[in-house]
Amino acid sequence: MDYSFLWNLVTIVIMFAILVGLAGPLTWAERRQSAMIQDRVGPNRAGIDLFGKRITVLGLMHPVADAIKMITKEDTMNIRVDRLLYNLAPIISLMPALVTFAVVPFGPDIHWGDAVLPLQVARLDAGALYVFAVSSLAVFGVTLAGYASASRLAMMGGLRASAQMISYEVTMGLSIMGLFLVYGTLEPYAMVLEQGELLGGWLPGWGIIRQPVAFILFLTAAIAENKRVPFDLAEGESEIVGYFVEYSGMKFGMFFMAEYIEVIVVAGLLTTYFFGGWQVPYLMDAGYAGLSTAGFVFPGGGVWEIGEVAATVLRVGAFLFKLLFFLWFQLMIRWTLPRFRYDQVMNLGWRKLLPLSLLNLVITAAVVLMIH
Amino acid sequence: MGSYGTLLVLFVLAGGIALVMFTLTHFLGPKAPNPTKDMPFECGNITKRFDQRVSVKFYIVALLFILFDMETVYLYPWAVVYRDLGWMGFWSMVSFVSILVLGLVYVWKKGALDWE
Repeated sequence: MDYSFLWNLVTIVIMFAILVGLAGPLTWAERRQSAMIQDRVGPNRAGIDLFGKRITVLGLMHPVADAIKMITKEDTMNIRVDRLLYNLAPIISLMPALVTFAVVPFGPDIHWGDAVLPLQVARLDAGALYVFAVSSLAVFGVTLAGYASASRLAMMGGLRASAQMISYEVTMGLSIMGLFLVYGTLEPYAMVLEQGELLGGWLPGWGIIRQPVAFILFLTAAIAENKRVPFDLAEGESEIVGYFVEYSGMKFGMFFMAEYIEVIVVAGLLTTYFFGGWQVPYLMDAGYAGLSTAGFVFPGGGVWEIGEVAATVLRVGAFLFKLLFFLWFQLMIRWTLPRFRYDQVMNLGWRKLLPLSLLNLVITAAVVLMIH
Repeated sequence: MGSYGTLLVLFVLAGGIALVMFTLTHFLGPKAPNPTKDMPFECGNITKRFDQRVSVKFYIVALLFILFDMETVYLYPWAVVYRDLGWMGFWSMVSFVSILVLGLVYVWKKGALDWE
């Protein structure tokens, strides 16, 4: 019997566990970090009463309390809304966020007897294209939410958000093109394997080293796409009213959750495209430079064999570490940079990032041909 | 099944998660509607339906997006087989991108990218 389908289900569950399991603590981390940066106390009230003492664990119960609150709140809907589109919008927002991560490999293939168990939900030849295809669906959620709410403020917010998202979509697509030229593939797992090579015998061949400009372009475009500070002028936290102003309860929560899941997706994509995915520097597979099993081969000449199991654990750990680092990095950006004005956002996207990404593409293409 | 079968299962499950959340909030919350609550409402004012004209800028941005994104999609298959194409592939791409840049310069000079 073929167990590969069963294993696929397992990887789907692992992926949802990563996405949904991290999204809650991420909201907590964001509030906690903003509190530290702004010299406030931050979330510290919600907790469980146990033996007369309240256990709050640094406010970690707040995401749970938030979820309960949002689910049990009254679900109001004003009488003018377009009911079908209004109800469809939060679902269309959340779904792409949940499925984009499918092509990101979170570890090397596990060899169990004859079976090969990939730590990746779907290995598609056009994996990177799939990411663009599904992530761009999020625009529909935003536009529909703005349109169906039957409110001027929501409509303006939706228009601004969608115009911003599609502007940066072009840059996002072009910035990655240089990577495809360098790696020669669109498949994320093959990209990660490619990044295991050492450049000049000592430098890990990660995307950030081969395509530093693309990294900056992609990071900027991804944050703009996700409408986070400094590009959050579609909603502007408390100052501007956004496209989801007419939503309440968990329907609002779904937009909110989609944003945080997209933060995780962006972190996963950055790791896979630019930071070697699950690769650990100098950790090589059996067969490399006479290794009998997986182990470290240091450029100075040292060799340390650690075995297949330890290597796999280390690599999955490395992926999670990089993922968490980029989550922290995105939160840090949010609380470091001030918000742009709308014309500045559009200028940056069309007049600076787009020409820069085209230039990067042409130069990369020439360099790739000269090397090969 | 193959990878695309897995994707199908994934889409169904993701849709399921979204639907469960959606349904939970619909049934668990209290229901106490009143005429004022049912109006679109913001900062003490009843907001009007969006009946004014939309700035043409948004329309232009959408048009430009379709143009440039289409051309990006044309570049994808080129990028995959690039190494086999050699310098011929490079120069065809350069001519293609130059037309793209020409278009960008044109809309730039025409002021389509100005946001005041």
